[in-house]
Amino acid sequence: MLEWISPRQLSGLGILGMNARNVSYIARYNERSQYPLVDNKLNTKLVAAEAQLNVPELLHVIHTQHEIGRAREVLTQHDEFVVKPAQGSGGKGILVIVGRDGDELIKSNGERITDTALSRYLSNVIAGLHSLGGRADVALVEQLVRVSDDFSDYSVEGVPDIRLIVFLGYPVMGMLRLATKASDGKANLHQGAVGVGIDIATGKALSAVQHNRVIDRHPDTGALLSEISIPNWRRLLEQAARCFEVTELGYLGTDMVIDRDRGPMLLELNARPGLAIQVANQCGLKPRLRHVEGLGNRFGRDRRGPDARVSYAMEHFGMSASSAQPSLFPPEINQLLNP
Amino acid sequence: MNRLGPFAIVVGILMIAGIGLATYRVTEYHVPLLPGAQQLLWQVEARIEFRANGGPAMARLNLPPEQDGFRIVGETSASAGYGYAIEALAEGRRARWSTRSATGNQTLFFKLDLAADETYEVEQVPPPLPQPPPLEEPYQTAVSQLISAAEPRSADGFTLAHELSSSLAAGDQNATLLLDQYSPSDVLVTALVQAGVPARTVQVLRLEDGRRRQSAVEQVQVWDDGWRLFDALSGPVNNVSNLFVLRSALPSLLEVEGGDNSRVNFSIVEETRSSLSLMENGGGEDFFLSLYDLPIAEQGMFKLIMLLPIGALVVVFMRLLVGLKTSGTFMPVLIALAFLQTELIPGLISFLVVVGVGLIIRGYLSALNLLLVARIAALIVVVIALISAFSVITYRMGLIGGLTITFFPMIILAWTIERMSIIWEEEGPKEVMLQGGGSLLVAVLAFLVMDLNIVRHLAFSFPELHLVVLGLILLLGRYTGYRISELTRFASFR
Repeated sequence: MLEWISPRQLSGLGILGMNARNVSYIARYNERSQYPLVDNKLNTKLVAAEAQLNVPELLHVIHTQHEIGRAREVLTQHDEFVVKPAQGSGGKGILVIVGRDGDELIKSNGERITDTALSRYLSNVIAGLHSLGGRADVALVEQLVRVSDDFSDYSVEGVPDIRLIVFLGYPVMGMLRLATKASDGKANLHQGAVGVGIDIATGKALSAVQHNRVIDRHPDTGALLSEISIPNWRRLLEQAARCFEVTELGYLGTDMVIDRDRGPMLLELNARPGLAIQVANQCGLKPRLRHVEGLGNRFGRDRRGPDARVSYAMEHFGMSASSAQPSLFPPEINQLLNP
Repeated sequence: MNRLGPFAIVVGILMIAGIGLATYRVTEYHVPLLPGAQQLLWQVEARIEFRANGGPAMARLNLPPEQDGFRIVGETSASAGYGYAIEALAEGRRARWSTRSATGNQTLFFKLDLAADETYEVEQVPPPLPQPPPLEEPYQTAVSQLISAAEPRSADGFTLAHELSSSLAAGDQNATLLLDQYSPSDVLVTALVQAGVPARTVQVLRLEDGRRRQSAVEQVQVWDDGWRLFDALSGPVNNVSNLFVLRSALPSLLEVEGGDNSRVNFSIVEETRSSLSLMENGGGEDFFLSLYDLPIAEQGMFKLIMLLPIGALVVVFMRLLVGLKTSGTFMPVLIALAFLQTELIPGLISFLVVVGVGLIIRGYLSALNLLLVARIAALIVVVIALISAFSVITYRMGLIGGLTITFFPMIILAWTIERMSIIWEEEGPKEVMLQGGGSLLVAVLAFLVMDLNIVRHLAFSFPELHLVVLGLILLLGRYTGYRISELTRFASFR
């Protein structure tokens, strides 16, 4: 049967609900005019590269149907690449090619597709099949991200990615998303991917959920999830924190991956990040968000740079520190206590 | 919550303005706050039967004239395979059914909705006095003697008719002679007309609930500053509140060409229906900003349009407070609007059939690898083909209700199919059931609310109450509490 939790308990735990997220955070801190920066991956990539954030290299962009022929020529130079629609959401329409076999391309799940199937796929992407509202789109061809060895026990298909909620430039909560067979290789929690809450202070796993239920081991590989520790954690947090300056979006979700050779990379940004991260962390977002709100108003008084913000976040939002629920006091009082 | 102050003021003003205006309308203009007194509605169904000879066939039914005490609020005809038209002649209106060829027993239906309304009066003009040829002997003498016996005892047309009918009922020599040859009504009418009093025979239907296969009764109308109803043998008919006159001037009630054994009988059902009869009759002009000022056709449209905000409110409520997923934000409202015209069950069935079959065909379309715009366009054609096929099949099966499927917004149906199909491919059938079921649930709820009599009445008669709806929507738009669905979503925190 369905299990219930009372609203009072939820609010006692500081769980952020969908309505509160939309009204009190997204509508208040995210300027509408900045959305195209994150809704279009091509824009994201360009501004991120300009700000010298680490992103997967852009190999080619296909704008119109008649460029597909030329694109196929360009692609013959690459054996592995990723094609994605610039305006796709939730991982829709992403094609990962990991190798070649004669004329055929090998997808990440082992299936093969022909050259003509690739053209058809590109044509669909440009026609807007995978895009919000079916708008005409652009296909991006990117360098393939290689799974870091640290995650080899935890990835079935696709690269595990790390979602961070960056609030006013502070990384407040993090989650590692692992695709499973149940999720069909997609890192989407409601499709059955595993979400692992990550301690902001250390980059180590806190707790893990699949289908809203707490689990210990990866459902496919059986690897113990509590042993996950993300390498280069601080560098990753810094990259994420810098996205605030790049996008000026106050309430931001950053999706990062760790490439075997090139370290943490920014994959995409999200102006409406979901709430599942709270379930993965078994912890509510509200106290941390209030804490950050107490540090300074909007884009005003809080002048910390990305490095300082990361230090602050690691100090205050870690689970290992006793400040698991940092806002036992209202933020103003907290500020007085920790100037 | 720094902007809560002005926001609360705006919402407060909206609410107060809406309720205030509505109160003003109730107190000053006496617009009923509730859907109004129950009103009696008679549904009279004429069933015409005849045997067709195999060639072209045509049937004409005289339609009843406007008359005191009854407002004709609806006329519908159901007759598969027949052309149907209403002929307006100087003498009155006739319904005409025609077909090129018909064999065997034919049945045609005509339904009248009559609202009983004692205040309803039709202006009546005195008819020209017909000049009938004298009857054959010895009947002419008998009539003359009846008249000369009754005339001295009468003061006017009405009393003369009364006297004549008593002598017919008494059955003296002259009366017996005449009644052997003619019907009582014919005798009475002939006598009155020869005495210079306009009179005519009419068919009268007695309205009683649940009567089936009832035939009309012949009675007499006598002009006495307005038509008075007489029974030829029992005298004046005083209680006419449940008597409905079917025809007056035209020769016969039913005419059939190309067939024989024709007959017409009537079924009668009583219904109480609430209505705004009071308002529609009087006081319409001094309303301020009333939708009742519009022509009837536009009123009908606005009756639907004014329900849209209610549907929108239901959607906002279900999505923000309950957290149901729907496919397409306001698609459920449009579906609910269609349900209003198709009724719930036929609407649900036809919706599911069209979307279901559409999904199957869309599966084939996706194998063709079409560009998106072309695929949606193709789906629109498919949806229209499905709707036509559905209509024809249900019509052939005798289910007229199938025709109402055309009320569904077809572009919306096409998009629904497309969206469902993409969800199916990308997120599996479970998600389709979730979102499709959510949409349908919201649509049904919106329909149930919009179908409430009181809601329809308030939405149309008190347009200012939409300000209150707007205020509520604004309030819900600032609701930051949990959704009911989140109470299960976050249950693992317990």
